[in-house]
Amino acid sequence: MSSDLIRRTAAELAGLLRAGEVSAVEVTRAHLDRIAEVDGPGEAGAAQQPGVHAFLHVAGEQALAAAAAVDAARASGEQLHELAGVPIAVKDVMTTKGLPTTAGSRILEGWVPPYDATVVRKLHEARLIVLGKTNMDEFAMGSSTEHSGYGPTRNPWDLDRIPGGSGGGSAAALAAFEAPLATGTDTGGSIRQPASVTGTVGVKPTYGGVSRYGLIALASSLDQAGPCARTVLDAALLHEVMGGHDPLDSTSLNEPVPAVVKAARDGARDGIAGLKIGVIKELHGEGEGGYQAGVRARFDESLALLTEAGAEIVEVSCPSFTAALAAYYLILPSEASSNLAKFDAMRYGLRVSPAGVSDPSAEQVMAASRAAGFGDEVKRRIILGTYALSSGYYDAYYGSAQKVRTLIQRDFAAAFEVADVLVSPTAPTTAFKLGAKLDDPLAMYLNDVATIPANLAGIPGMSLPSGLADEDGLPAGIQLLAPARADDRLYRVGAALESLLLKQWGGSILDRIPELNDGRLEGANR
Amino acid sequence: MSAISRDEVAHLANLARIELRPDELDRLSGQLEVILGSVAQVREVAGDDVPATSHPLPLINVTRPDVPRPGLSAEQALAGAPAAQDQRFRVPRILEED
Repeated sequence: MSSDLIRRTAAELAGLLRAGEVSAVEVTRAHLDRIAEVDGPGEAGAAQQPGVHAFLHVAGEQALAAAAAVDAARASGEQLHELAGVPIAVKDVMTTKGLPTTAGSRILEGWVPPYDATVVRKLHEARLIVLGKTNMDEFAMGSSTEHSGYGPTRNPWDLDRIPGGSGGGSAAALAAFEAPLATGTDTGGSIRQPASVTGTVGVKPTYGGVSRYGLIALASSLDQAGPCARTVLDAALLHEVMGGHDPLDSTSLNEPVPAVVKAARDGARDGIAGLKIGVIKELHGEGEGGYQAGVRARFDESLALLTEAGAEIVEVSCPSFTAALAAYYLILPSEASSNLAKFDAMRYGLRVSPAGVSDPSAEQVMAASRAAGFGDEVKRRIILGTYALSSGYYDAYYGSAQKVRTLIQRDFAAAFEVADVLVSPTAPTTAFKLGAKLDDPLAMYLNDVATIPANLAGIPGMSLPSGLADEDGLPAGIQLLAPARADDRLYRVGAALESLLLKQWGGSILDRIPELNDGRLEGANR
Repeated sequence: MSAISRDEVAHLANLARIELRPDELDRLSGQLEVILGSVAQVREVAGDDVPATSHPLPLINVTRPDVPRPGLSAEQALAGAPAAQDQRFRVPRILEED
């Protein structure tokens, strides 16, 4: 029963819980058992073999207590939210009252926040069961989770490969059946790219659609929290829990959450007749760009299925996208260098005294603490951002990047004149090997080439599995993009495509993931 | 525009309050040179007539009524402090010694 429970979707678990066929405690225990079985540390320790390492912290006791409370409430006839009792994994960038929160950084090791992020508060109010906190690239800077200060997460499809990043922990937890739902944040693709390389679904909502209060900020004009799941409907169910106006976030949209659950149900049932879908020429992978053949093949098949579902495919051109990556890698470090200034070793977090200095000054302690607490990628981006914001360089770099941002918004506006939804492959390749791009920051940044434009423009995007690449048998993803505030279109199209793909595959793509507990953990490259 | 020098990286690290070892300075200046060489293309894309966009939403001032609401207690606020004393954060000296 428990191995069956972990493979259920959130919508199925919600149905079983409502019907009284299982208890929230049983569901929670099944997932905690699975975590104990397959998670483990990212690197081999003295006593433990490496595991998926999706989690940085597992809150087993709290989860079981919360589940027992849901069961009691249900037994007493209380009206509960549809997802009450369904477990969820929370990305470690979100503050959780009473649970450690590190954002993958050693500078926050052991920190226990005194408050919940608004997203986390909403999860608790709907009475989802928080299983623990998931691994991520330090402060969400990365595309592989290798920049975590606590060791990498491994891709459940192949433990020697990356699970994407920065939200690799959340995506891997879903693919390894450690949780049916997870939260993510997406600044340049950190929800969508991990979804793509793990065969799961991830959505970056419209900027402002989900509160940023209590999210440890990376780049405030780009950051957006969103749902991670194994199906489009599950993502929609979680999206509606997470979203909505928050007076504690001044950039929060003061309007209702788009009706994404209805859109997902409608799309799966009715198809998408009459919808115009725009293929972004610059992200179609023809010519340069390094798109893997298997990724392109699965993308082209999805286009054929969308046509079958009644959509009309048109080609659109977004010429400024060729400069999006460059603009992003100036805007992001600039904002990050400012946001991360708060880690000053004075009020919370790591404090290190410089070696060999008696009675060091606050400045010396700050510099030593930040040197010890930040990893290489964080240092690189803070210094790059400090440079881009320096007087004398500001106009040339940060100023020019902001103009590119305008051009990208104009490209999207023109494309949405002729198409309802835009599509591209989510990531240029399937999951690469751990370590393959670690010493080449620029090569790592190229993973985000197709996901970044949505963040620069503030529009919503979804990644869902398009199939397995022939050459390596690993998942590829297709990205859907919609105009700001039209998140529901993603779900309508995503659910329509998903239902056709499921028919073609004869089940979920995750049915084809190799078993994790048959010796693969022992055999993983240490 | 010329590439970034090792001395410049050292200066930036000082501004950002990050102590870097000599080997980190060597590695970072090489990597930053490559990254800057790539991102520098933004300078050639947009003309003077293109306005800058700093934010995806056309935001106007967002305010709330100025009414008291509960906040963290001193104990909660200090719970994660590296050092505390008399309900305050205790920090290293902030002035030069005489």
